[in-house]
Amino acid sequence: MTDKIATRVAYGNALVEFAETYPELVVLDADLAGATKTQTFMDTYPERFFDMGISENNMMGVAAGLAACGLKPFATTFAMFAAGRSWEQVRNSIAYPHLNVKIVGSHGGLSVGEDGATHQCIEDFALMRAIPDMTVLCPCDAHEMRLATEALLNYDGPAYMRLGRLAVENVTDSVENYKFELGKSLQLRDGEDVTIIANGMMVQMALKAADLLKEQGVSARVINMHTIKPLDEEAVLKAAKETGCIVTSEEANILGGLGAAVSEYISGIYPVPVIRHGVRDEFGRSGKAPLVLEAYGLTPEMIAESAKESIQLKAD
Amino acid sequence: MKKSTEHQLMLEAAKARLLAVQMVYDAASGHPGGSLSCLDVLTTLYCDVMNIDPQNPKDPNRDRFVMSKGHCSPALYSVLALRGFFPVEELKQFRSIDGNMSGHVEMSVAGVDMSTGSLGQGISVAVGMALAGKIQNKNYRVYAILGDGEINEGQVWEAMMSAAKYKLDNLCACVDVNGLQIDGKISDVMPTEPLDKKFEAFGWNVIKIDGHDFNEIEKAYKKAMTVKDRPTMILAQTIKGKGVSFMENEAGWHGKAPNAEQFEQAKAELEAHCKELECVK
Repeated sequence: MTDKIATRVAYGNALVEFAETYPELVVLDADLAGATKTQTFMDTYPERFFDMGISENNMMGVAAGLAACGLKPFATTFAMFAAGRSWEQVRNSIAYPHLNVKIVGSHGGLSVGEDGATHQCIEDFALMRAIPDMTVLCPCDAHEMRLATEALLNYDGPAYMRLGRLAVENVTDSVENYKFELGKSLQLRDGEDVTIIANGMMVQMALKAADLLKEQGVSARVINMHTIKPLDEEAVLKAAKETGCIVTSEEANILGGLGAAVSEYISGIYPVPVIRHGVRDEFGRSGKAPLVLEAYGLTPEMIAESAKESIQLKAD
Repeated sequence: MKKSTEHQLMLEAAKARLLAVQMVYDAASGHPGGSLSCLDVLTTLYCDVMNIDPQNPKDPNRDRFVMSKGHCSPALYSVLALRGFFPVEELKQFRSIDGNMSGHVEMSVAGVDMSTGSLGQGISVAVGMALAGKIQNKNYRVYAILGDGEINEGQVWEAMMSAAKYKLDNLCACVDVNGLQIDGKISDVMPTEPLDKKFEAFGWNVIKIDGHDFNEIEKAYKKAMTVKDRPTMILAQTIKGKGVSFMENEAGWHGKAPNAEQFEQAKAELEAHCKELECVK
């Protein structure tokens, strides 16, 4: 366990780190370089950085044009604007023509904190997942974010990646020989009674929930599902078969995101109880991030409660 | 412009108009009005101005074109077919379940550089292509055609600002000013004039022309090549439905196919024009 680092910081660092290895990498931002952490890239490679101002829709189109001419653009802004405001530009100018643009949405979820509901995007997973051909991911910590950024540089096609604002603990750096692969989840803990499938900073909470459950004699498996689409169906099916019930946990609306993806898949092939933990279809609010998360039940305790609920359903 | 070149362009445009109307009639749907209005500009681009090779449609050094008003696929597909990117025969697949010749401009069709259809988006992509040319030190130029209704979209103006910021003198766009949008006259639905002052204020070099005068069209594009540090916007005054008497200046022909009787009349008029030009030759 190292110091806490936000995934947005790790993303910004990764862009700079990989700039020489990937000369086609170019970065766009929409007047948020300081917040999304693309600023270091801007300062280091000014000729490969394009600040498009507060015009996200145009940014997505310009990124599409850069990609159509062989570059690897990473179009970065807040999740709210990347997935929300520019949804249709992403769909029609990037995904439909299968252009190699990486759409990066920082400040996803309620942990934005003080800025409040207008900037707390809880719909990005659902919005981006609904677009055909779109890969959707949300790495959980700085270590994984670095690997994910490199994986995206080596993936030829449209993808959306969410970054978080808050500094979070590294939990994947202790995984031996961790080879990040798009669409391939990472099991962080084995267990028999229930499987918790989480992404983003809910992974850290899921691990804490597993500790709480252990104290109560419950053995919980924890899977880090960094890629929501394509879903690692093999791991989900295995979890359903071996633990008999599932809890999904995401810092997003429970409609349409990770929980939906897992439920949609497993209900059609091997139905087991799935409790979706996340934001219960309501808008966020201002406040210190930890307090907002707590107010909406995004805590290890609530994940543990959901796990017990899921186990109960299995017993019924 | 040489008389012979002008004549050749007139003939190609006349043929393209006939094909475009035929496509819409065969498909029983599509957008004839705006296709016919921009066809003289488009023909000049593909047959005279642009550096392209139908045998090598993906050449990284080719000039690019983005049909930002993507519903004018009958115009673009017709010109590409006439230019030899694919057989004219394939135009029969327009809007059909067979093939890939989608209702709106589709980049899996040979010679198409960008899929478009949702208005206001293509011009941003053209900006990106021009920017890519600049940072990769390539000499290709990027062209785009927008509708004068399309520029209602705020994204167009975002694109204008960014093209000026990056001094994209390798970008030359054209607004097909036919004065009509779906619900009626542009001056009634959403007034956009004065266009020249607006684009100038956004940092573009502006050239106003008659969009059906091949000499003026070519001259404008040649002039744009000499302008440094600024993108150029050509404002082409045109007639929506140009070449088919009953479609001209009628907003109703924006996105409607002619019936059999109307088609026969349109075809007769367009064929007569082609024949006339062929005779002069």
